[in-house]
Amino acid sequence: MSTFCMLTKRNIKVFFKDKGMFFTSLITPIILLVLYVTFLAKIYRDSFASNLPQGFELSQGVIDGTVGGQLFSSLLAVVCVTVAFCSNLLMVQDKINGARKDFLVTPVKRYKLALSYYFGSLLTTLIICIVATLACFVYLAFAGWFLSFGDIVLILVDVILLTMFGVAFSSIINIFLSTNGQASAVGTVVSAGYGFICGAYMPISQFGIGLQRILMFFPGTYGTSLIRKHSLAGVYKQMAKEGIPADVIERIKDSIDCNIYFFGKQVSIGAMYGVIIGSIAVLLGVYVLIMYLRSKKNKA
Amino acid sequence: MENIIEISNLSKSYDKLKAVDDLSFAVKKGQLFAFLGENGAGKSTTISIMCGTLKKDQGKIVINGLSLDTDLEKISAQIGVVFQNSVLDGVLSVKDNLYLRASLYGIVGVQAKERVKYLAKVLDFEDLLNKTVNKLSGGQRRRIDVARALIHNPKILILDEPTTGLDPHTRRTLWSVIENLRKKEKITVFLTTHYMEETADADYVVILEKGKISAEGTPLELKNKYTGDFVTVYHASESKIKKLGLKYEVLPDAIRISVPNTNSAKELIIKHPELFEDFEITKGKMDDVFLSVTGKKLEETL
Repeated sequence: MSTFCMLTKRNIKVFFKDKGMFFTSLITPIILLVLYVTFLAKIYRDSFASNLPQGFELSQGVIDGTVGGQLFSSLLAVVCVTVAFCSNLLMVQDKINGARKDFLVTPVKRYKLALSYYFGSLLTTLIICIVATLACFVYLAFAGWFLSFGDIVLILVDVILLTMFGVAFSSIINIFLSTNGQASAVGTVVSAGYGFICGAYMPISQFGIGLQRILMFFPGTYGTSLIRKHSLAGVYKQMAKEGIPADVIERIKDSIDCNIYFFGKQVSIGAMYGVIIGSIAVLLGVYVLIMYLRSKKNKA
Repeated sequence: MENIIEISNLSKSYDKLKAVDDLSFAVKKGQLFAFLGENGAGKSTTISIMCGTLKKDQGKIVINGLSLDTDLEKISAQIGVVFQNSVLDGVLSVKDNLYLRASLYGIVGVQAKERVKYLAKVLDFEDLLNKTVNKLSGGQRRRIDVARALIHNPKILILDEPTTGLDPHTRRTLWSVIENLRKKEKITVFLTTHYMEETADADYVVILEKGKISAEGTPLELKNKYTGDFVTVYHASESKIKKLGLKYEVLPDAIRISVPNTNSAKELIIKHPELFEDFEITKGKMDDVFLSVTGKKLEETL
């Protein structure tokens, strides 16, 4: 097995064997799931039902499916990034306990070390996020299932892309952290704040215009919108079948960020994927570059 | 004997603080080289530069004929480091830790298995291979640290305060392991330590102060230069010893008299045979050398 594979395997093993790190990363999805199921679901349901235009009625199944899909997408959008921050803490821990110093006295190439952290963290985050996605599918099966096979595949693709984005983003931040205090401070800020800025806790359409415009520059927003689009696609088809006019469905899509607008212009699905994939490439490039420059600065 | 490490005019500053100041020294192949100094003297900075984890400001380092400026990767493969604190992954088993570290040097598969098996036998930890590192005692952990440093069969073993925090028995065991390895594998050992008695068997000692060499030589040369001899007299009367007018120290059942050198000790004994019926002459210890060297400098700065 190559050095890179061994390092990646080591990072995954250390993460899952370090109970502290593993359980901390599970806390965020579990708390969010409980919060959504017990508290936010009711608020979303009441808000959706009261916002339906007069004269239109939907079956309870469609309402539950809409709320379920909204919760589902919000949860996954947040989890993909917050779990990435937790699993990527290994990078900081290695600095603190000296393991990184031990790696740096070997002939291993610095870019291999950097990428092994990225891929190790990506795989661990993906494992947790896929498990969270499956748990959400089970929840949807009870709340109201409208997903097609195509939707499931696209949701999984979205989760993978958003996880790649989250891990690349957290990798860059973590380069600059070197103490447990800094790591937990960043973890707290991300866990508390990311859900708001990506439109997971509250649709961006409900923010003021100025803030909406600013948030459109944040790639995570497009990730949330993609998951939401795919988790609600089946629900919208059902709404059409139940006689809801297309323009009303579009208004619903606007209100919960399935349609998002960049300075008034609707962003297509292709563009959303472009933004996410482009930001992953840029962030990853920046991460490797920073690691390279830092090692060059310190190396003999 | 050929030099395996050659450091010339090495300098490194952190802002205005000169951590290493125009340092030059050489280490011969197969030597046990002791690199001493108080905290902040520049030892760790020098080691970090030698290992390629810290950039030097100026100077030249040649290790086994290779320049650090151009052959860092090749040099890394020839150096093994035992850090002050264990840097292994506590949650992984000894075997997993060693296989991973071996892979960092390109040693994988059967080759890695054989190397781990060999080191486990030589360092006597065959029964610990499947244990989690966190569950090992301090001494067991240190043996695994040494095995990690030797995993790629390096030519130079750097021991950065390897026995700090270990009990005397474990310390002795570790040293006998290192001594055996030195004889068997013929590696050069570059040691930094706070335990001066560990440097008594060194082939060469360099004492560093404020990034500069303040004393160097073999332990004997240093003892002769920086400390005197001691005549320990047993069952003697303190009042009679006091009359000699020499510096002395009362020990349980004995009195230790300081003399400038072995000749003075000889002369003293010949002159006062009635006082020296049961006695021994000893050289100063490396502790005395260290204190004398650093103390002298301290006095100069006051």
